[in-house]
Amino acid sequence: MKRFTELYRQRGFRLFLMILPLLLLIFIFSYLPLYGWIYAFFDYKPGRDLLDCEFVGFGNFKRMVMDKYALEELINVMKNTFGMSFLGILTSPLPMIFAIFLGEIGNMPFRKCVQTLTTIPNFISWVLVYSVAYAMFSVNDGFVNRLLMNWGIIDEGINFLASGDHVWLTMWAWATWKSLGWSAIMYIACMASIDGEQYEAAKVDGASRMQRIWYVTIPGLLPTYFVLLLLSIANLINNGMEQYFVFQNAMNKSSIEVLDLYVYNQGMAGINYSYATAVSMLKSVVSITLLFFANKMSKLIRGESVF
Amino acid sequence: MKRRKSITAGEALFQIINYLIFGLFTLICVLPFYYLFINTISDNSLVSKGMILWLPKGIHFENYKNVLEIKGLGHSALVSLGRTVFGTILNVVGTSFLGYALCKEELWHRKFWYKFVVITMYFNAGIIPWFINMKNLGLTNNYLAYIIPGIVSPFSMILFKTYVESLPASLEESAQLDGAGYLVTFTKIVFPLCKPIVATIAVFSAVGQWNSFTDTLFLMSDSEYYTLQFMLYQYLNEANALANTMRSALSSGIAVDPSLLITPTAVKMTVSLIVVFPILFVYPFFQKYFVGGIMIGAVKG
Repeated sequence: MKRFTELYRQRGFRLFLMILPLLLLIFIFSYLPLYGWIYAFFDYKPGRDLLDCEFVGFGNFKRMVMDKYALEELINVMKNTFGMSFLGILTSPLPMIFAIFLGEIGNMPFRKCVQTLTTIPNFISWVLVYSVAYAMFSVNDGFVNRLLMNWGIIDEGINFLASGDHVWLTMWAWATWKSLGWSAIMYIACMASIDGEQYEAAKVDGASRMQRIWYVTIPGLLPTYFVLLLLSIANLINNGMEQYFVFQNAMNKSSIEVLDLYVYNQGMAGINYSYATAVSMLKSVVSITLLFFANKMSKLIRGESVF
Repeated sequence: MKRRKSITAGEALFQIINYLIFGLFTLICVLPFYYLFINTISDNSLVSKGMILWLPKGIHFENYKNVLEIKGLGHSALVSLGRTVFGTILNVVGTSFLGYALCKEELWHRKFWYKFVVITMYFNAGIIPWFINMKNLGLTNNYLAYIIPGIVSPFSMILFKTYVESLPASLEESAQLDGAGYLVTFTKIVFPLCKPIVATIAVFSAVGQWNSFTDTLFLMSDSEYYTLQFMLYQYLNEANALANTMRSALSSGIAVDPSLLITPTAVKMTVSLIVVFPILFVYPFFQKYFVGGIMIGAVKG
């Protein structure tokens, strides 16, 4: 008690007490769920008390590699996860290129207009993106099918949405449609901070447009690009589930199921809590390892950590 | 004159292609919303024949009126609106005060608590443990589940903290010499100076709340707590259920004119428009705050 009164005399401690409720909220919603990891070591059946369920040790983890069916499924899921993540990483320079070429547009109203309108899709939910996809591509009422039929290119509607082909590409396309304009904003802001004298000097030296972009703009943007690239490597297995959840259907399921969606489908839809927890536990461990790896890389190469 | 001379053929070609590509991409970003809109206000019998591609025909606004009469939809709009308003207010208050406190050198174990908050952006236990935790806390089928977990958002906290750190320290010092405590200094001096960043985090929070879909999917089985996003998702997926709802709505018997008769397609499109409208409407006004926010975020990584 005496120690507490002593602490309480410090202003800093009184301030701490003021934010304590907020810190507690963070504890409750972000740290407390960790105790749920023990479900991975039981054969949990919903509705029962955990202690009444069979303790299986690493059984759920073993199942991932020993059970032939589960292993096959998991390999397919990892293929989808990495496939889509790599598509994203492969095209990660796109926002930078967008920003650079937008900077070459001299007409300010046009530039502002492009910048504003291309960021809108970023602020709509994936459910709405799906609704847009439905309006544009559905067999019966879709804009694209109507247009193609009106022009006489096709006789019958193509069922784009239920198709199991090119799922990785279409998912990539929707993600890019949604985020390209917004991601470019960071580079546009960065470009504004590049010293204008460098451009003047390059002009005096007779540098062409491409040379100016190559030798002045790109080196100025690379540090930002690098940080974002490391973050996307750290998020290699965190695709999120919302996009894939809304777009999934019976036809495309085998090529759309990424790790996050798999955990949902197993755990929430399949009520296979324990197995899903084991999978997501491994996922958390791998992703935190990737994050430390990315941070180490950043320290090695830039001498600065990402966060 | 001087500039015109320097334009070569290659340069002109580059400019034309550049304008064309950006024009096309912008069109792709906007066209879907336009297409949805003209279809919701056009003659419904023409819409179902797919005649409305570029321009609206037989303009009417019955769809919007009819959609609001669908059972549960108006209620879910209130659910969405409520969580957006209350969630955003609490988020701004909680997050900004936390950000302010974490700026203070004298805060007890400041570095530790800062890390404690920020780590949660990169690490989580996984959705199943999260769901079990929420269930144990009694936050399934509970409106508070939309509000309370969102009170503190680490990313917005970083934005606010960075902004406060850029303010001159002397402003606060004079108040503190006058004997003002943290709460008074915060509410009277710091918070009013932080309007731009407050607007930024408020808009981020509001958009997040309005768009949120997965928390309803996980936590709510009682339709009383369904949000607009969730209703829209159901409409998109359950064409049959929707048709039934429509039929029962119609058997109560009002509209007979086929051009006004609402179809499942019209419902989907109209609800989509209602969901997207607030965002399209507020976005141009708040764009500068978003951009300001992302720039501070960029500096911080």
